[in-house]
Amino acid sequence: MSVTDIVFILTAIVTVGSAVVVVVSRSLIYSVFSLLFTFFGVAVLYVFLGADFLAGAQVLIYVGGILVLLLFGVMLTHRLYNLNLTTERFQPIAGTLIAAAVFASISLAAFKTKWKLVGERELEPTTQQIGEAFLSSYLLPFEIASVLLLVALIGAAMLVRRRTDV
Amino acid sequence: MIELKYYLLISAALFSLGVFGVLTRRNAVNVLMGVELILNSANLNLVAFSRYSSAGIDGQMFAVFVIVVAAAEVAVALAIVLTLYRVLNTVNLDRADVLKR
Repeated sequence: MSVTDIVFILTAIVTVGSAVVVVVSRSLIYSVFSLLFTFFGVAVLYVFLGADFLAGAQVLIYVGGILVLLLFGVMLTHRLYNLNLTTERFQPIAGTLIAAAVFASISLAAFKTKWKLVGERELEPTTQQIGEAFLSSYLLPFEIASVLLLVALIGAAMLVRRRTDV
Repeated sequence: MIELKYYLLISAALFSLGVFGVLTRRNAVNVLMGVELILNSANLNLVAFSRYSSAGIDGQMFAVFVIVVAAAEVAVALAIVLTLYRVLNTVNLDRADVLKR
């Protein structure tokens, strides 16, 4: 077992373990901060897969943006004097059964299928390739994504605005 | 060398945990966290297949678009959650059962 394998196993344990804490913990704050470790774990897995740009984007957008937004969501939807921000669980047995069935079927499919693989490709910087693909073959999706972000921005601002009688 | 199936296994674990969170949590923000886990697992699969198959950079491009959509989704969803809190004074999804008041 090489050092790479050990680091990979540790990363996998941290990623999945903190994801377990996210969905099991009763405290909302614990959930949000475990999500931080899950996102970082996934970023490390991207590095393992040679996706350097995506690892950076994962840290920037998920950890820097989405996690902070979720923290805002937790803080703004509770009264400030109510410091034990807890959440209720609902039908834990049925939920566990369904999640276990989903996990079993997906992992069975992943292990049983004969994937047509080309073996591991050379590690190379991906940022330039991604940038060139954005401005050539993915130009239309790129523009649509820009418009989608604008629409989401305006929509979010419109939803939370103070209603005035116009 | 790390094989593809181990990445798929981690991704399956993240996905089913996300499903578990969405199904069992009553707090709207917590359900959003489950959705984020599901999106991350899908991304992990896309990047893993992009590395181990002959698809080239395409898998990573899809992952970038998934991240963009996730950012838009969480912004709008939190706006809805905040509006829900302002109207109903709770974020418990069981109590959000009216269309208008």
